[in-house]
Amino acid sequence: MTQVRVQIEDFDIGAEFAALTAGRTDIGGIGCFVGTVRAAAGGKPIAAMTLEHYPAMTQRALERIAAEAERRWSLLGCTVIHRHGRLCLGENIVLVLAASAHRQPALDATGFLIDWLKTQAPFWKREEFSDGTTTWVEARASDDEAASRWGGAPA
Amino acid sequence: MTTVPLTILYFAWLRERTGLAEEKVSPPETVRTIADLIIWLTARSPGHAAALAHMKTIRCAVNQDFAAPDTSLKPGDEVAFFPPVTGG
Repeated sequence: MTQVRVQIEDFDIGAEFAALTAGRTDIGGIGCFVGTVRAAAGGKPIAAMTLEHYPAMTQRALERIAAEAERRWSLLGCTVIHRHGRLCLGENIVLVLAASAHRQPALDATGFLIDWLKTQAPFWKREEFSDGTTTWVEARASDDEAASRWGGAPA
Repeated sequence: MTTVPLTILYFAWLRERTGLAEEKVSPPETVRTIADLIIWLTARSPGHAAALAHMKTIRCAVNQDFAAPDTSLKPGDEVAFFPPVTGG
């Protein structure tokens, strides 16, 4: 089952894990990635970050990325949850789970989902520093490279 | 194009520079593509000019799909301008 959600509230990793695997005995491996708010950006201490998104487009963009993962690997389910709004240090930002009969498709699909999401889903991070200043996070070339290693033409 | 307006959305620092999250515009018929629209919008205010100055550093979507500068526009389209995405 594919689950894609965009929400303000936190997610419960255990509950999502249980929902993905409930009643299944065909799953042999589950990849998991959790993105969290880190305390420093480029050596500067941050206090919080705000994630803005394009509501009408976000859900569809994530569903498309999940569908592409399911096309490329034999998945037995995947979960993508992305938060928006103001997030404090250590808080969860994004969850990716991918289940398969074997570990390699599960791990590869997890990597693919987060790499494509970072370059294809319409979210923007604004960091708040401890000194009260804010800045929009700039896209990194390394994220484009990470996404391009999977090949294919995103979007 | 002149009778049914386009809806333009701005996100992140483009929203801050234009001072607008959304506006309805009715460009002349000579505005046929995203690239035409950007040039036309730039003349609307100094904020628009600041937001749209660097075409290479902004991304665009038409009706919630990523679009390129040569994408054609039709009446009623929702056009969004934003920086390269930074989620995840």
